[in-house]
Amino acid sequence: MTDNASPEPEPTHLETESDRSPRGAMVLEVRDLSVDFGVDKKWVPAAIGLNYEVRAGEVLAIVGESGSGKSASSMALLGLLPSNSRVRGSVKLSGKELLGEKSGNIREVRGKDVAVIFQEPMTALNPVYTVGAQIVETLRLHNSISPDEAKQRAVRMLELVELPDPEKAFKSYPHQLSGGQRQRAMIAQSLSCDPKLLIADEPTTALDVTVQAEILDLMRNLRNKLDSAIVLITHDMGVVADLADRIAVMRKGVIVESGTAQQIFSNPQHEYTQALLAAVPHLGQGADSADVDVTAALAAATNSELESVEHDELVRRERENRLALQAAAEEAAKPQANPVLELVDVAIEYPKQGRVPAFRAVEGANLVIYPGQVVGLVGESGSGKTTIGRAAVGLLPVAAGSMRVVGQDISGAKRNGKQLHEVRRDIGMVFQDPSSSLNPRLPIGESIGEPMYLAGVAKGVNLQKRIETLLDQVELPRDYRNRYPHELSGGQKQRVGIARALSLQPKLMVADEPTSALDVSVQAKVLELFQNLQKELGFACLFVTHDLAVVDVLADRICVMQRGRIVEQGTREQILRNPQEPYTQRLLAAVPLPDPEKQRERRELRAQLMAAGIE
Amino acid sequence: MSQPTQEDELLAQQALSEAAATQAGSEVTSGLSQGQIVRKRFFGHTGALIGLAVFALIFLLAFTSVGAFGIPGWWKYNHVDVSPLVNDGAPTSSLWPIAWGEHPFGQDRIGRDLFAMTMRGAQQSITVMVLIGAIAGAIGAIVGGLAGYFRGWVEAVLMRLTDVIIIIPLLLLAAVVGQIANRRDEGSWLNGFAANNGVVILGVFLGFVSWVGLARLVRGEFLTLREREFVDAARISGASNARIIFKHILPNAVGVLIVNVTLTMSAAILLETALSYLGLGVKAPDTSLGLLVAQNQEAFATRPWLFWFPGLFIILICLSINFIGDGLRDAFDPRQKKFKAKTAVETTRHSSTTAPVADAPKGS
Repeated sequence: MTDNASPEPEPTHLETESDRSPRGAMVLEVRDLSVDFGVDKKWVPAAIGLNYEVRAGEVLAIVGESGSGKSASSMALLGLLPSNSRVRGSVKLSGKELLGEKSGNIREVRGKDVAVIFQEPMTALNPVYTVGAQIVETLRLHNSISPDEAKQRAVRMLELVELPDPEKAFKSYPHQLSGGQRQRAMIAQSLSCDPKLLIADEPTTALDVTVQAEILDLMRNLRNKLDSAIVLITHDMGVVADLADRIAVMRKGVIVESGTAQQIFSNPQHEYTQALLAAVPHLGQGADSADVDVTAALAAATNSELESVEHDELVRRERENRLALQAAAEEAAKPQANPVLELVDVAIEYPKQGRVPAFRAVEGANLVIYPGQVVGLVGESGSGKTTIGRAAVGLLPVAAGSMRVVGQDISGAKRNGKQLHEVRRDIGMVFQDPSSSLNPRLPIGESIGEPMYLAGVAKGVNLQKRIETLLDQVELPRDYRNRYPHELSGGQKQRVGIARALSLQPKLMVADEPTSALDVSVQAKVLELFQNLQKELGFACLFVTHDLAVVDVLADRICVMQRGRIVEQGTREQILRNPQEPYTQRLLAAVPLPDPEKQRERRELRAQLMAAGIE
Repeated sequence: MSQPTQEDELLAQQALSEAAATQAGSEVTSGLSQGQIVRKRFFGHTGALIGLAVFALIFLLAFTSVGAFGIPGWWKYNHVDVSPLVNDGAPTSSLWPIAWGEHPFGQDRIGRDLFAMTMRGAQQSITVMVLIGAIAGAIGAIVGGLAGYFRGWVEAVLMRLTDVIIIIPLLLLAAVVGQIANRRDEGSWLNGFAANNGVVILGVFLGFVSWVGLARLVRGEFLTLREREFVDAARISGASNARIIFKHILPNAVGVLIVNVTLTMSAAILLETALSYLGLGVKAPDTSLGLLVAQNQEAFATRPWLFWFPGLFIILICLSINFIGDGLRDAFDPRQKKFKAKTAVETTRHSSTTAPVADAPKGS
């Protein structure tokens, strides 16, 4: 299954899927679409004069960072914007104008002709109804069919989206399904009325890499089965490479470049497109060593043959990997100083609450971090990686084993006790969601200064000076200190989070997915800042993430976690060039690449891995 | 995990560029604490300032005119003096020419000066309101905060206590307290105090029973807020439980707190009236605004001023308290903005442009 786009003959030249896109009927035609939002007695444009069209069976990707107006313009198609907005221009769905239509007629269109897949399935599905009931509702709103018939069709839809047990999923509530399953259910609901147009608003942003790969596979299959036009909204070029026929790049409300996927990826014209492509963290672009060819490494580790890559070339690429690996092993053998963080057979439990019994999230974890070392902790959500991070700063008790942080054993420490208080002077933590981890009612200067104030390090004028230095270090203007968090963008908020974590000059920094809530281009900048600070200040760091590409940029060592256990750990080179565990291999293969060609190689490999895993 | 909406982002960008534009020329701003910023925002709130001014004016007028705490005021009558009827008791004040006259608000049937009575009533009502607001607000915030933050047995004990207080009828409790305070035969300190300052006793007592609803609301807020990551962040920063509760979580729950306290304070006037009407609150010859309105409702057809002036003062006091509360809430909440589509001005700058643009001043 190298290429499943269409039954046409295999292409011999570079222009592949994109140029062969079936010339279906025009489904969506957008002309001069402008969207404005009213803020502070002013109309502020969010999208200006957009022109694009989508044909049946085609995938148009709209790419841009948050705030570029890509979501706002797409929601405007359906009239789903808040009351302080204004939409002008023309939107034609199969030749019928949608803008300025009566709300009753628009309601007919919604769900039936145009369906939306939202970013966060947990909030898009109603938690008090079963998944089945919600699909049945959509079906019966638009078709006059009996409840039994609707149920049958709903189960068929759930089957179509490859849910393992459609009957059971039909009766499940959203919270009983995993994130990936929820997104599948969401897709089933949106496809239930055979829409002409499907708008997918960042459909995989909230998901893990492995789940993301599965959902993307599903969407690719569905596109071939159904003849819908798809508008894919995303900020991730990796996702786009996997799915899109044509791409429109948006920036500040304007489409700056559009073309086929092949054109955009192989020959981006606009500088912004180039910057966006460069910002995607690739696997194997590590800090100061040669690139890691992950595809080759994976192929070697699993002894698989790829149809799309020459055998000789693969052998050559594998040899390069082996050489680099030996060098890395010698490097790692050098003696080290006292560890900053040391976990020996640690188990961590979430204490029981009421009738819910205690839940053991981590079992038998062994991990050592030496001063100045960055250790990446990788795994899917629910694998217990965040749990280890939180236990290391004493937010969760250690149930068994011993945990030593900056030389002190905190496994028996009392919650909020004196010992933890002492230890916390030497550790800092950066949280996942910067909008939740900063107190919304506290100006950011005070947030940054709080650890120093409480530790009694500085007061008054002195404290203000320290805050200024920290703001300089994270490259924020000094006068931002009187701002509230909501006045800052996501990347700036995360910089504040980093400044706060650095304020006591910690020996150990725990970073809990600090970039997963950020856009790709912002993420690149924050990671760069983080890397520079780490080199400059030399703190040790436990970097928790689900994104292998991010860890690859930063980490010296990588630990891979699955279901509460550390399944594999080693230097960055060992893990990326010679992954031993099948789980690590799957994880590596799931990372999307911002290049349609390479991505096809990777996809093939992943299919083989999955097949091997099932046997 | 909630993604910021488009609107939020627009607000953020807007705030950024505006602040950048206004601060571009000025020298480096110094760091302000949360308290300083809240104060600054409060004093920039027109409604709150008007409310504060009106309340201060009424307060001064009420307490200086007829005197309080044994100090005589500047007005020639007090609320018990009886003088001959002037002009059959109708108000002597007039707008043109502006004149005060002998009895500006008129007199009641037996010749007591209504201005003096209204002022005395305003004193009493303000005392009750402020006492109830302060006591109920403080107890409600602390009990709700502790229960919501600590959970476990602290929550169980405190919430059952609130349940117990909720189920006891208020009037019954008031009657008991009224009886104790009114036993004039025993010359204890409490009785002496109660005889002269019945309204203080009443305010304190009502404060001690009307915090329960507030405590439940505050607890609810705390339950959601304590799960937010900034609480963990504060704990890692080394903050104690008390600091987390009062410095980090309470300012976030302040909206609920203030709205409720202002509502309680407005309702306090009615509560005090009801109790006085039943003979359990303020007793004649002493008076309160609620009591004046209640007593004079039959006279509405013949002597409407007896009804109008106390009513006007009740409205003014309640409105100004609500305005102050509004201002306080907005000052604590950094994201209060309003938008009107009709008066909006066109701009061409895209929302994601953060750089300050040297454009014409706002509203042009």
